[in-house]
Amino acid sequence: MSPRNPSPPAHDVFIAGVSLTKAGEHWQTSLRELAFEAVRLAQIDAGGLVPQALYVANAFAPILSHQIQLGALIADFSGLRGIEAVTVEAAGASGGMALRQAFLALMSGQLETAMVLGVEKMTDKIGPAVLSALATTTDADHEAVHGITPAAQAALLMQRYLYEYEAPSNALAGFSINSHANAVTNPNAIFQRALSEEAYTKAAMVCEPLNIMDAAPSVDGAAAVLLARRSVLPSESETPRVRILGSASATSALALHDQPDILTFTAAAESAHAAYAQSGLKAKDIDVFELHDQFSIFSALSLEAAGFAEKGQGWRLAHDGQIGLQGRIPITTFGGSTARGDSGGATGVYQLAEVVLQLQKRADKNQVMDTKIGMAQCLGGIGSTACTHILGRE
Amino acid sequence: MNASQQDRLLKPMEEVGIVGYGAYIPRYRLPAKEVSRIWTDGEGGVPIVEKAVPGLDEDVITMSIEAARNALARAAIDPSEIRAVWVGSESHPYAVKPSSTVVAEAIGATPHTQAADWEFACKAGTEALQAAIGLVGSGMARYAMAIGMDTAQGRPGDALEYTTGAGGAAIILGPAKESMARFEGSYSYATDTPDFWRRSNETYPEHGERFTGEPAYFEHILTAAREIMKLTDTQSEDFAHVVFHQPNAKFPMRAGRMLGFKDEQIKTGLLVSLIGNTYAGSPMIGLSAVLDKGQPGDRVLLVSYGSGAGSDAFVLSLTDRLPALRDRAPRTQEYIDRRTEIDYATYARYRGKLALK
Amino acid sequence: MEVSRHWRLKKQRYALEGEVCPHCHAKIFPPRDVCPDCGLDARTLYQFSGRGEVYSFAKVQDAPEAHSEQSPYTVALIRLEEGPLVTAQLTDIGDQPLEVGSPVEMVTRKLRSDGERGMLVYGYKFRPLLRPSI
Ligand SMILES: [Zn+2]
Repeated sequence: MSPRNPSPPAHDVFIAGVSLTKAGEHWQTSLRELAFEAVRLAQIDAGGLVPQALYVANAFAPILSHQIQLGALIADFSGLRGIEAVTVEAAGASGGMALRQAFLALMSGQLETAMVLGVEKMTDKIGPAVLSALATTTDADHEAVHGITPAAQAALLMQRYLYEYEAPSNALAGFSINSHANAVTNPNAIFQRALSEEAYTKAAMVCEPLNIMDAAPSVDGAAAVLLARRSVLPSESETPRVRILGSASATSALALHDQPDILTFTAAAESAHAAYAQSGLKAKDIDVFELHDQFSIFSALSLEAAGFAEKGQGWRLAHDGQIGLQGRIPITTFGGSTARGDSGGATGVYQLAEVVLQLQKRADKNQVMDTKIGMAQCLGGIGSTACTHILGRE
Repeated sequence: MNASQQDRLLKPMEEVGIVGYGAYIPRYRLPAKEVSRIWTDGEGGVPIVEKAVPGLDEDVITMSIEAARNALARAAIDPSEIRAVWVGSESHPYAVKPSSTVVAEAIGATPHTQAADWEFACKAGTEALQAAIGLVGSGMARYAMAIGMDTAQGRPGDALEYTTGAGGAAIILGPAKESMARFEGSYSYATDTPDFWRRSNETYPEHGERFTGEPAYFEHILTAAREIMKLTDTQSEDFAHVVFHQPNAKFPMRAGRMLGFKDEQIKTGLLVSLIGNTYAGSPMIGLSAVLDKGQPGDRVLLVSYGSGAGSDAFVLSLTDRLPALRDRAPRTQEYIDRRTEIDYATYARYRGKLALK
Repeated sequence: MEVSRHWRLKKQRYALEGEVCPHCHAKIFPPRDVCPDCGLDARTLYQFSGRGEVYSFAKVQDAPEAHSEQSPYTVALIRLEEGPLVTAQLTDIGDQPLEVGSPVEMVTRKLRSDGERGMLVYGYKFRPLLRPSI
């Protein structure tokens, strides 16, 4: 048991409803409208349950939409005027961290219901301005000033990974191919086309050795998860109930150069293992793992951090077909950030909602068989913030 | 020569010498034939072989920092003992805000130091050198640094575009007894001669074409050279090396011959054919090349020329400390040899000649 | 326009001035006043040599606003000979093949300008050794 994330007391925090909206370029839709849609759908999914508080996961609205205080803005716009509302920001880990804040609030007994909304409006700016916003997840004084972007960080990781483990240049192709294959049947994905190994090999470089297929597109998106204690859940439900079994987060440095070992996602490992400890589970018990594939190298390092592969061996899981819907450890089952699209701070909420769909057998063509336990892990930057949740079907 | 004429020789109270020097030349080269390919269909001769072009992340400040670090490596003194960091250039990155404070900060000379930027067209570097001799020679300062560095501007298509290069050198002045070269005396000559200028807020300079020759370059260079030789009682054959401001390959050779110098005396310090006219850096880096190769006991004549117009002239003698110190930093030739050839399009981009807005 | 945030970092940016831990002698860059190795106070200034080797590198073909005029450019993690890793651009690469392990040296270059009218930000970059023999 990690001292940073002690096991919570026996608890009864459930997912009462989820929503997913289409990730993409929504030129006609504003930040608040994206948010409202996700809030509305989650409430419907929860049988009309009204949240007592709203936790907004968002990273880039202050820069891209010149908007802060999203809690009040969205509560007001979504017909929840008056409730407690706040924004949670931890870059790409915002979604998981918002859920964790809501979970802790319910655990404390102060709240019985809370809406966790992930929303990101990436297309209010275009071109290099978006890259500049994304680069604020790096260390401004010691990375961004040198022209470092998240893709550059990932490329530096990838270069070193391939060098250190003597892996072939297409070692990570399998992650992108898997995500694209899964997105074909996800109506919420921005890309719904399979990717061939040949197309991957020919893909344009965005940050050599990282090509455009190694990197997730930044898109608009909103997803929501409505949490409730058992006492306020409707007594009858058509779908199985999903409970939070483990919730943990950890941090490491923002900058690559400040990591003791750049090829170990320490925060991801710590948070995963704390969540395992809380839930009394191990990696082998996880039936589906929504990891944060903002870049293909993240998939390899996340699988290693969470204990699904030895250090330096994560890339082999993609080669061996173990990450597909029928594989040993299915990941990015709806396309992940790579093919569904990466919606910044909303990503973690997409992941959680997707895990819930898998556990409730609502994943349709993307359904993984026999899912009882699912895990979602989102990362801020290069795993500088990591947040892991384990969910279980009752 | 009467006493009042002898007063023209600039000679400090205490003997001053060069205790450190360092060159810098950026790595990119634009062949002159690339310029003629674009502007004259390749017709007509070209004045030099190629010129040095700074990279996108270089300017007079960054280039001065590297030259200054090379000078410090040779001087092996504590940079906090330098009481003046003076940068002469006609390409200071800021119109208002000194280049010299950035350089001084980067080399560790701040904060107990004088810092200033100098401007006198192509003799801004030797202007700083002349003043630094005074500062050290008066006893005010033990060490002072004078830098001549430029990223020369020339209007696209103008005759200047063949030659406007980039580079320069830093010189640390100190007590003669610590030096690798002693100053025997110096001299300055200035008149109001409008041969070349750049108005405030203009990107490219204007020049008087053939007017830049006889009444400008030659009048000032020849007079300054003759005066200093007269004042130091030297003849052309007394010098192992002579360095003139070198806007092209022809002018310094012709000036040298007119003064009775042989080509061998001129060629060691004549770099213009391979790096271009480095404006304020030109006489300074010529001197750096001579210090790289000269022998103890060699006497050196250095004459700059700055449009507008004026010349500074210096007579130096190299000491036996020189050979041991010069390999502590890259020689001028090592920078010349480090070259990546670029085409006109890349040059246009590197020099900010593409309209991005 | 940003002024003070660059100004206050000038020593480390221009010349790789870092810190050394007086307790365990770890060399620290960028300076952070607390030793990452032993966790104790570490404010003793330390001048890094500027020599190191390439630990990883990547070529940025898709640059953010402030660096788009320099695109494409190469970024790297440099293992300084004193121990720390540092993130910086590589410059003046020329024709030499770039590899993990290539020796490099620090130079001070223009990192970016703070807009058309703002200040120029100078700082460390690394380049292949000018004199490979030394
Ligand atoms: Zn220590």
